Amino acid sequence: MKKKNNKKKMRNNFILFIAFVSIIAISYIFNFKLGIRIGDNFMIFARDMVKILPPAFILIGLFDVWIERETIEKNFGKSSGLKRYIYSILLAATTVGGTFVAFPVANSLYHKGAKYSSIFTYITAASLVMIPMSIMEASILGLKFTMIRIGVSLPLVILSSILLEKYFENQEYSLPKAVA
Amino acid sequence: MYSLYIISIISLSVSYYFSKEKTIKALKIAWKKFSKILPGYLKLLIILSFVLLISDDLIIRYLGGSGSVLGIILGLVTGSVTMMPGFIAYPLSGILLEKGVSYMVIASFITTLMMVGVVTYPVEKEYLGKKATITRNIASFFIAAIIAVATGILYGEVF
Repeated sequence: MKKKNNKKKMRNNFILFIAFVSIIAISYIFNFKLGIRIGDNFMIFARDMVKILPPAFILIGLFDVWIERETIEKNFGKSSGLKRYIYSILLAATTVGGTFVAFPVANSLYHKGAKYSSIFTYITAASLVMIPMSIMEASILGLKFTMIRIGVSLPLVILSSILLEKYFENQEYSLPKAVA
Repeated sequence: MYSLYIISIISLSVSYYFSKEKTIKALKIAWKKFSKILPGYLKLLIILSFVLLISDDLIIRYLGGSGSVLGIILGLVTGSVTMMPGFIAYPLSGILLEKGVSYMVIASFITTLMMVGVVTYPVEKEYLGKKATITRNIASFFIAAIIAVATGILYGEVF
């Protein structure tokens, strides 16, 4: 039943997308200004996604096949201690594509035995400390701004991850199943 | 940006060298995961192209013309409900700074922009589930508020 609903949802989304693209195309033909601006905005994000998503998912697939569960448990799971926060933040800093890539990666990590605190730290840090973004920020808003932002946020991110983990473990909550 | 393609091609070749079967399996998993989330991403793209339409002018007008408390609140809210790539967000912040907007307000906007994703909810919930998505975003909102106030204090804009 649920699968059927998903299929229907998928089809609706594709129809919506095709309708959207057609409207944008018509806007370009008839030089309809608002439509063209929406189309330009669309291209900004679409270009990023085409650049990032296909290789990112290939890497996630390889990760699923090659990385042993023990490795993840040792570094991000039960037996990892405090170093899992360092690893999560390092992984986040080097994740290209921000949260769009971080969500599926976090899900895969979780199903390989990473703890909640690791994946929450990872996702939140992925939006906060991406290296290329931070360099751009420092050059426009000043290094002090970036240092304050990162310096204040990381301890809070780790602290909230620990609290959230406690909460979710009490609730026996589990993340949605990964495909395959 | 194309470095990600190079990395994945190298990884695929190495993987193929060690095991043909595992590599094919990896590609199958990749395709399954990708095709499952693709409609969600497409919907997100449509929403984002509308969000970006209203944001630029409004942000400059409203964040530019308000006091610190109202400014922070507006910054936190606009940052949460909008989403834009860094190469638009940072130059925009630069303009705000030139217009005399405080670092504190800019921090509230930039931090929620990155950490809190109201528009990315449909995608995030597929991977984290509804509950974790909502809790994470609420927690991030408060962290962003703390960062903004800390920025204000350290720049000497408050107290």
